Amino acid sequence: MAPPKKNSAAIATYGDHEVIQPENKLRKVVSVNPLPPGEDPVARAEKALADLSTEFSSWMDSECERLDQARRSIAATGFTAASKDAIYHAAHDIKGEAATFGFPLVALAADSLCRLIEHTPDVTRIPLNLVDQHVDAVRAIHREYSRSDAKELAATLTKRLRAVTDEFLMHENRGRPDVLAQIKGPSIAPE
Amino acid sequence: MVRIEFNRLRFLVIDDNAHMRRMLRTLLHGFGAREVHEAEDGAAGLEAFTHHTPDIVITDWAMPIFDGLELTQMIRQPGANSNPYVAIIMLTGHSEKKRVVSARDAGVTEFLAKPISAKGLYQRIVNVVANPRPFIKTKTYFGPDRRRNVNPNYVGTERRKGGKADIIKQAPLFEKVRSQG
Repeated sequence: MAPPKKNSAAIATYGDHEVIQPENKLRKVVSVNPLPPGEDPVARAEKALADLSTEFSSWMDSECERLDQARRSIAATGFTAASKDAIYHAAHDIKGEAATFGFPLVALAADSLCRLIEHTPDVTRIPLNLVDQHVDAVRAIHREYSRSDAKELAATLTKRLRAVTDEFLMHENRGRPDVLAQIKGPSIAPE
Repeated sequence: MVRIEFNRLRFLVIDDNAHMRRMLRTLLHGFGAREVHEAEDGAAGLEAFTHHTPDIVITDWAMPIFDGLELTQMIRQPGANSNPYVAIIMLTGHSEKKRVVSARDAGVTEFLAKPISAKGLYQRIVNVVANPRPFIKTKTYFGPDRRRNVNPNYVGTERRKGGKADIIKQAPLFEKVRSQG
């Protein structure tokens, strides 16, 4: 029988913790040789993404359709654990993808819907027309994206949705200062 | 600029959204990667992690069965799998402070908020490859050192016990390679 593999991590033990320096298996892929002239991996990846971008509009269509289906499911049966997950994930995916797909204005309305669902302690108290308004806004902004006034239209819609959502969330979370701080807090994620 | 030989790296992309997986695969191939494996939820991701032994895991947060945070906690179990030290880059639309701290405390190596750009993803990959951090093991945490640098202006209690030696200055790998080259 082969002897067990020796643990190559260097471990230093201190009072209440260990500092472990694992074997760096990725060292072999770091090179000091400069990139050849004209070689830019980021530019190459951006070019590959640009080539893929012809599909983005149809991808966005299918994401909006998925959101609409989730909304219809809630309209039919009300909020359940499954329908809540479905609409949240659909909105969350749109929020994350819209800018990359070339529709950044859509992300803000989707984000407002995510906040509404995530920060409402009892989702059955969410007025269904507020859910409808969010879904309709997401679809409308995407559908009318080529209009010359699309930016103003999206800004007006999302500003109003966000204001109504914030008012609702403040009311629903009164007495929960930690959640209120989270609702009001800015993002700290690095760009 | 650090040069990374992407063609020698093995990636595992875990995301329940097929569009996002396709986009990530496109970016990684654009960087020069050849070996990119995919999984569509946390459970399939853990299985693929065991099977393919990737060098870098790129995972979404919100996924069915178990999410990216739970997946990270399962991977960061010393002795439970072949590589608990694997680099984990978490992609997510969640960028609130509480979320970022949760991801850090689960043992995520790097965090990348959506929308994803080629530059942002590239920088995170370069960082995990060229500037690996030591791992810290305590009763409640196992993962990359959450102190990315020593703050000389820090005032407060030293939360780690054991003396000065527990503050370790890490020389970036690129510097080490260059000094030896």
